[in-house]
Parts: sequence; C-alpha cells; structure tokens
Amino acid sequence: MPTDPVIEVAGVTKTFAGVRALDDVDFTLHRGEIHALVGENGAGKSTLIKVLTGIHTPDAGRVERHGHISTIYQEVNLVPLMSVAANLFLGREPRNRFGLIDRARRDAEASELLRGYGITADVRSPLGTLAVGEQQMVALARAVEANADVVIMDEPTSSLEPREVETLLDVVRKLHEEGIAIIYVSHRMDELYRICDTVTVLRDGRNVHSGSLKELPRIELVSLMLGRSVGEIEKHGTTAFGESHHADAQPVLEAQGLTSRPRIRGVDVSIRPGEVVGLAGLLGSGRTETAKAIIGALPLDHGTVLVAGKPVPHNVKAATRAGISMLAEDRKTEGIIPNLSVRENIVLAALPRLSRFGVISRSKQDRIVDTFVKRLRIKVSSPEQKVAELSGGNQQKVLLARWLCTEPKILLLDEPTRGIDVGAKAEVQALIDELAREGLAVLLISSELDELLDGADRLVVLRDGEVAGELEGAQLTREHVLKAIAAEVMDDADSRQNSHQNSH
Amino acid sequence: MTLTADRTATRTATRTRWLQDNGVYLAVVVLLLFNALFTANFLTLGNFTTQLVQAAPVLIVALGMALVIGTEGVDLSVGAVMALAAAIIPLYLGAGPLVAITMALVVGLLAGAFNGFLVARVGIQPIVATLALLVGGRGLALVIANGQLVQLHDPAFLALGTDDVLGIPIGVLLAGLLALLVAGLTNRTTFGRQLVAIGGNRKAATLAGLPVNRVLVGVYAICGVLAAVASVLATSRLAASDPADMGLLMELSAITAVVVGGTPLTGGKVRVLGTVFGVILMQLVRATLIKHNLPDSIAQMIQAAIIIAAVYVARERR
Amino acid sequence: MITTTTPAVPRAAARTKVLQRQGAAVALVLMVAVSWLVFPRFGSLDNLRDLALQGSFLAVIAIGMTFVIITGGIDLSVGSLYALGGVLAAWGSQYGFLVALALPLLVCGLIGLVNGLLIARTNMAPFIVTLASLLFARGLLLAITDEGSTTYKIAGDSAFVELGRGTVLGFGYPIFIAAVLAVLGGMVLNRTSFGQNVFATGGAEQSAILLGVPVARTKILVYTTSGTLAGLAGALTAAYLQSGVTVIGVGTELDAIAVVVIGGTLLTGGMGTVLGTVIGVGLIKVIQNVINQIGTLDSNYQSVVSGVFLLIVVVLQRILRR
Repeated sequence: MPTDPVIEVAGVTKTFAGVRALDDVDFTLHRGEIHALVGENGAGKSTLIKVLTGIHTPDAGRVERHGHISTIYQEVNLVPLMSVAANLFLGREPRNRFGLIDRARRDAEASELLRGYGITADVRSPLGTLAVGEQQMVALARAVEANADVVIMDEPTSSLEPREVETLLDVVRKLHEEGIAIIYVSHRMDELYRICDTVTVLRDGRNVHSGSLKELPRIELVSLMLGRSVGEIEKHGTTAFGESHHADAQPVLEAQGLTSRPRIRGVDVSIRPGEVVGLAGLLGSGRTETAKAIIGALPLDHGTVLVAGKPVPHNVKAATRAGISMLAEDRKTEGIIPNLSVRENIVLAALPRLSRFGVISRSKQDRIVDTFVKRLRIKVSSPEQKVAELSGGNQQKVLLARWLCTEPKILLLDEPTRGIDVGAKAEVQALIDELAREGLAVLLISSELDELLDGADRLVVLRDGEVAGELEGAQLTREHVLKAIAAEVMDDADSRQNSHQNSH
Repeated sequence: MTLTADRTATRTATRTRWLQDNGVYLAVVVLLLFNALFTANFLTLGNFTTQLVQAAPVLIVALGMALVIGTEGVDLSVGAVMALAAAIIPLYLGAGPLVAITMALVVGLLAGAFNGFLVARVGIQPIVATLALLVGGRGLALVIANGQLVQLHDPAFLALGTDDVLGIPIGVLLAGLLALLVAGLTNRTTFGRQLVAIGGNRKAATLAGLPVNRVLVGVYAICGVLAAVASVLATSRLAASDPADMGLLMELSAITAVVVGGTPLTGGKVRVLGTVFGVILMQLVRATLIKHNLPDSIAQMIQAAIIIAAVYVARERR
Repeated sequence: MITTTTPAVPRAAARTKVLQRQGAAVALVLMVAVSWLVFPRFGSLDNLRDLALQGSFLAVIAIGMTFVIITGGIDLSVGSLYALGGVLAAWGSQYGFLVALALPLLVCGLIGLVNGLLIARTNMAPFIVTLASLLFARGLLLAITDEGSTTYKIAGDSAFVELGRGTVLGFGYPIFIAAVLAVLGGMVLNRTSFGQNVFATGGAEQSAILLGVPVARTKILVYTTSGTLAGLAGALTAAYLQSGVTVIGVGTELDAIAVVVIGGTLLTGGMGTVLGTVIGVGLIKVIQNVINQIGTLDSNYQSVVSGVFLLIVVVLQRILRR
C-alpha cells in the first residue's frame, strides 16, 4: 500500500450564501491509488473537486497538493468542431523552425498517442465526429499528457455505451499502473468495485466514510450515501407523510417500454388515481429521464405513454393537455420565470383557460392565485412580488400551484423537496399526501430514501436506466430498496433484471 | 468592513436598477428642461408636432422590435422590410390607396412570418435568421422598383402624411394608438404573457406546455407588419416611394429606442411606455443637437455613444 | 447499437463542411463556365482583370470578417470603416505615401480595438456594439469632410495612387495585396496558436476558457484586425479612385458577411476557411459581373442573390447540424 500522499485535505469548510457545501472535510489521496468519491446530488462532491483543483478557496482548513492535477468533466470540455489532433495539442502545438504549427508532426504524434488509448480514428477529422466515449478518451489523453500526477474524473462514463466504458476502464487501469493517482467520481456500483481501491462518501457536505472499498459491502455503501443514521432520523423526526393511500382503480397512467439510449431502457411505470409511486435509484439511474420521457420532453427511441388507456402523442403540449404535469428538478432553469411575478408564474400554464378571446381576465386570475396562495400557504408580500425574490420552498410551492391550477390528473414530482428548509419540506410533503388523497396520481422522485419510503405506496427502483425491481406493501423497507439499488441478489428483481439484460 | 462593502454594493445595484427602469424618463425631462431654458422657439406647439411626426415611424417599428426583443430575439430586417413595403405601394396605388396599403402590410406580414418560421421552426438564431432578409430585402425592393424613386400623387394616400384629426397628425395618432394596442397585447392577453415567459425562460415555458413556436412566429409577424405600417406612413409623408433610402439603419434606431427604454436584450420583459420614451428621447437628442447647430456628423457620434452607454447600463440585469 | 445516442451535431458538421466548401467552389466553377460560354465578353482578359480588381477590395474586408465570424461574432462596422479609411487616406495623401497608408490603418484599427474591448470585456452583444460604431465611423467621416461636401483628391502622380492603379501584367496591385493577405490569413488561421484560439473561442467558448485559451484577448485581436483590414481596403479603393469618396461602403458589411458565409464559414462560429471566403468573393463578383453583362438586369439583383445564397447556406447549416 503506497503511503505517500499526493493530496491532503484537512478540516476544509466552504460556505456559499449561508449554505455549508463542505463541513470539516478530511480527505487524503495517495500516490498511485484509485479513489472513489461518491455521494448524492448536493453532497459536496463538485465543491470538493473545485477545492482540490484550486478553483475554490476554502473558508477554513488546509489543502496540500504535491503534484499537478488534471480534471476531466462529465461533459466533454473540448471543441467539437476542431480536429482531434488540434484538441489534443491546443495550447502546446509542435512547431517547425519558422514557429508555425507543424501539422504533420502534430497529427502523427496525436495518432501515435491515441493508439495507446485505443483510438484509431483519423485524428484530422473533427473531434465531434467521434463517439462520445472516444471524445472522453481524448479528453483523458489530453489531461494525462499534461504530465498530471493526479487525474480527477467526474462521472466520465455517464453518457457512454457499455463497450466505451470498458475501454475507458482499461485506460484508467493503465494510468494506475503508471503510478498516476485517480479520483473517480461515479454512481455506478459495478465500475467502482471493479477499479477503485479506496472510497470516500460525502453526505450533506461531510465526509461520512473513508476507507478501503473492497471491505465495504455494496449495501453498506448505498446506505452511507442515501441514509441518515438512526440517530439523525430521530433528531429530525420522520417525514410529514401520512398513511398509505387507498387506490384500487385502473391505472390512469401507463408508461410502457420507455427507451432513450443510453439513459433509459425499457422502463415501465403505471400509477393509479390516488396513488403515490416512488421512483428510487441513485443519481444517474434514469429517474429524471423517466419523468421527462413521460411528459414528452425527452426524445424516445421507443415506448408509449397511455393516459386513461389512450395513447398520448410524445410532446409536452399533448401530455399537458392529457392531464400530465411535471415539477422539474431544476427550479431555476426549468421551472420559474424569474422576472415575472408570483401571480404570473402561477397562472402561466392555465392562461388559455383564464382568458376570453385571448384577453386575460384579471379577476379570475386573482381569484385562482388567491386560492392557491392560501391553500399552499405560499409566503409572499403580495402576489405581485417577483418570484425570484422568494425562498426555495416558496418557489417550489408556486410551481406546484402552477400545475395544480391546470387541474392535472397526473403529477410528476422530481425532487420536490430538494434545497428547501426543513419546515417547508414538511409542508410540501403533507401537500403531496393531501393531493393523492384527493385522487391525483403522483410520481415522486427523491434522493432521500425516507421520503420515498414514507411517501410512496409503491416503489419502482431504477438502476443504470433499467427497472431493477418493484416494491410494495411489506417490501417497502429500507433494506429491500438498498438491496435493489446495490444490485445484490434478490429473488424476483433478479430474474427480471436478467431478462432485461438478455434483450440487449 | 465587508458589511460596508456589501451595503455599498447593494446601494450601487439599487441605483443601477433604478437607472435601468427610470433613466429614460429622467433623461427626457432633463432634455426638455434644458431646451426650455436654452433653446429658442422650442416650447412651441409647431415644434412639438414636428418632432412627433418625425418620431412616429420609428416608434411604430420600435414597438414591434420591443416584442421581438422581449422573446430574447432581435429583428435586423425591419429596415429592409420597410423598403420592400415602400416598393410595393406604387404598384397597387392605381387600384386605390386601400389596396396599396393592404398589399404593403401583407408583404410585411409575410416577411415577418418568414423570419419567425426560420427562428421557431428551423431553429436558426434570430440575428442569423433575420440577416438574410437584411442582405437581400432592400435589393429585392430596388429590383421591384427598378431602382427608381417614384413620386406619388394619389391624394387620399398622401393625406395620411399631411392630414390631422383634431390637430393631431394622423401618423402621430396612429403611432399612439398602436402603442396602446401593443401595451394591451403585452399586458392583458395570453399571447403577451406567453411571449414574455418564453423570453424569460424558454425551457421552463416549453415544459409548461406553452405554444412556443406559434408565439414566436406571431411575434416576428407582428414586427414585420408594424415595419410595413411605418413604411406606409413614411412613404405618404415623403410623397414618394424610395426603396433605396426607406428605413435605412432603422434596425439600429429601433433597437436603440427599445434598449434605452429599459427593455433588456436578454428578453423576458417588454416595456412599451419605456420604448415610447426611448424613441422620444432619441428624437429630442437629435432635435437639440440640430437646433444648436451641431452638424449631423457630431449628432451621429453622440448617438453612437448613447447606444453604447444604454446597452452597457442595461446589460447588468442578469 | 443506435447511433443517434451520440450528439448528432458534430458528425453532421463534418458533412456540412464538405458540402459547403465544395458547394461554393462547384457553384463558382459552374458559374464561370456558363458565363464564359454565354457571354463572349466575360472571358476577355480585360474583364477578368477588372473582376479580380473589384473583388480584391471586398476580399480584404472579408478576410478580417472571416476571423470575426469564426470567433462567433459579427462586425457590422466594416462598411463605414471602409469609407472612412478611404477618406482618411485621401486626406493623408497630401502628407505623403506613409501618412496616406498609415492613417486609415491606425484610425480604423483603433475603432476595431474599441469594438473588441467592449465586446470582450463588457460582454455586450457584438452586433449592437458594431452597429454603434458603424454610426460613429459614419459620423467621423462626415465630420472630416464638412458633412460630406468635401471630397479629398489624391494627386495623380503620387506614389500612393500607384498602390491602387499600378499593375503587373495588367493585374492591379490590390489583387496581389489581397492574395498575399489571403495566404497570410490562411496561414495565421491554421498554423499559429492565435488561429487555433480563434477556432476554439468560436467553437465552444466555455470549454476554451477551461482549456486555457485567452478568449478575451483573441476577441480583441480579431476585431482590431477586422477594423484595420477594412481601413486598408478603403485606402486601396481611394488610391484606385484617386479620391476619398464619401458615399461608398453603405451595406458593404452585408456583402462581406454574405461572402464569408457563402464560403462555408459557420455564422455561429467555430469553423471556416479563408479560401472559402475568397471563393465566396469570386462567386458574388462573377454574379455581379454577369448581371452587368446582361445589361437589362438591375444591378440590385446582386444583393438579392447574396441574400438568397446566404439563406440557403444558413438553413442548410442548421438542417445538417440536427
């Protein structure tokens, strides 16, 4: 075991606008080790990476680097229209004796170098003509050729095909043999266990576990990422969800075989009126994509969506008309219209219903806004306040109101309680409960296991874009879910999973 | 210490915001006061009428431009569309002024809808999409008109540019009415609110199920029609169809007025009253410079500086 | 495996590249061949010389525009700078060759520099900044010509006139200057770090910043270059016409943009060639020449044709990128 640390971090704390992104984090990377960095969204991974690479300066704590760090990101950060060779050597091109770029030499060197990474494509063709996996490999080659001692890889395989993943992992192993230390960020259990030596788990900005990965059972790792410890649950109290809901009617929503490669493959979901179906799985398992596929915002390779037995054309407008509404995960970029008022944000989707010959009735508007502000207990100084000025929880309620006033039959909620404070969280949870009781079919996506277990009547567990299991009734326990997510042997989920794999 | 710095920053931000929102009104008042004190024969009814008559076509174009900019777009082709509309008028004037005007408006509508189609359906950036018409439109107008300036003699058509109602020139009246109409459209109709929402956050608007493409095509079509209206008005006042000169650099004047009036180029907001005052301000600037015998050259350079300053102030909005 | 899972943008961009570069060249060859056969006067040496000379002024401007457009920007001020450059050269010629040449380059380069600084440092949109400087440069031009009423003449026997009117084998100097600039421009674009930075800036600005490309400096440089070249084109035109004509250059920026785009440079940035721009200039000038040969046709057809070509190219670029 090498003991020579290349990166040492002790007691690092970083706060953004009052929110602790990192809280007293220790982290050590040894020479030649492959270190997995895992955690759910908002756990502090990207902040830690930015502290490591020096983009952020920590508020407190010590960071020591003994070597050059290169980072490759989830999205390939190269220039797609420039040639592969130009991308590889951008900023350090080989020159001829007139000081001009020696293209022949550049291309030859690039070709030679990339062969080592399993890329045989023409290096003179635009980078963008390569498959995403190959592009990722070029980024990796570029990072390594900059004489890096440490390579940080942020979700490098999230958009790769299986065989591309294999090539990438081979390269990672090769780097490892050359003594380069690697920080590997991923949610794919299989990959992590195949290549990583050590692991650090972040949760809510804290390092909850560092140690050897091989000695840590999968289920334990998932539990560390998702769960709060028993003590913490008691401290916070449980969620605000009530008892399970009564639902025995025919499903109002049936989504069948939703496939959009490489994100989701053959996902089936059905929801009955008055039922809350939870979508469980790690980040990147295809939860958001499933919801987007249902509302028609994700191009599909195949799959159908039925509402009350009738197929819905695959576009947002048709889905909305059929009674599907979706509360998007990213409030800022996909939800609120920041420069409009609370009133206008609420009535946005219902405008045609509130107007006559295209002219909006202000009194109808005020009535409906008033109703929802009261019912959802939205805290505003006046409905004319700009929505951008509200707290996250109240913005979320505004968006919920936007959908409720279109009188939907099916509500897709993608992380409805993320980033809002505890009080508002309980309120939103209670509200979801209430809506289901009134007969709405709800799809609930959440990274918090407790929220899913308490809130959902049934859980669909996703892993790597496929349904890994469906749980209900007595199966709705923490252990069952974790097992399904961690892909450990489970009776019924196992056979199902095999049949999925065979079909490809 | 950081607290003080924070507070100063907040105060600066507040001041900038205020300037963005109300700067144009302040500037108009200041210029009026300056002229009242230092410019001879300024505060006369005749002078005001002249200024308004000159400003009317720009205002009409700027109204359409404000809508387009509200969707986070821009229409560089308005000047070329004006030239096209102007070239059409003499062709149909024989059939009566109503036919000629209708044909001019139809041309504007088609041109605008075409731009909208390129932006919404084909997915081309607004600048790029409207550039093609900017490059080719005036040439086409000149081809239609054989490169000639055509004198117009139809008295009913010319009356548009010369007559008045209760002392208010028809052009000014029309511009005022259109401003009211556009204000109503923006603030009171589904279309208007959807337009602003699309400009504010297109992704969210799409996910909310708004008819994004239809609204975009509509907005560019309206902009084209308004450019044609302005062209009809200007042509009638000129008593001649002059495609070579009609609407030259109008895109610049219109964008300037809109931006000076507090509508950000980043979309999501349409300030109709601000646009009206933006047009008035730029007209007043020009009038003031001319009345003080500053040559056209200096006037142009000062306008350029005002444009840069206005865009600079407005840019910090996001 | 389904190939649509990889983003279709870049793969199609390669197709676009081939189609466009080849497209403009093929169109040019066809156009020349047809004109040669149909119009007896087209193929005459005099006509070809004249055509090349007319094209050379536009080419000088368009080379600068090529750089600007590859960075993802646009420069609408070049038409005004072209006219301003001519007037400054004519005025400066009374102080000798050097002043006549240096003054327009300096002043127009300076205005280009201001464009670049405003665009790179304050993040204002290029079209609005350069529209304003279009107005400013026109104003400046009017200011130094007594509101356009004075046209400065250049003495016929001065060395400066030789720059515009001198010939080698009957081909005017401006043709050679444009050719040298085109070769130089191609070399800078493809064989220097600056050129690579230009491509990276326009291809993916955010990535370029992460890759360590000096994006702001690159932008400032391209606008300065564009302004300087517009000034040079103006100076050459003034030398050729022996006077600083105040009314030229209206809409020249649009011609320049059109030839650049027709030549296969992506109007959204990140891809383009100087050779393509030269071919674009050739195409537009041949069309103009033919329109003149027909005689009965309005010369305004040229801008209509430019507009239609531009539209076709832009729509094709967009469709192929889907």
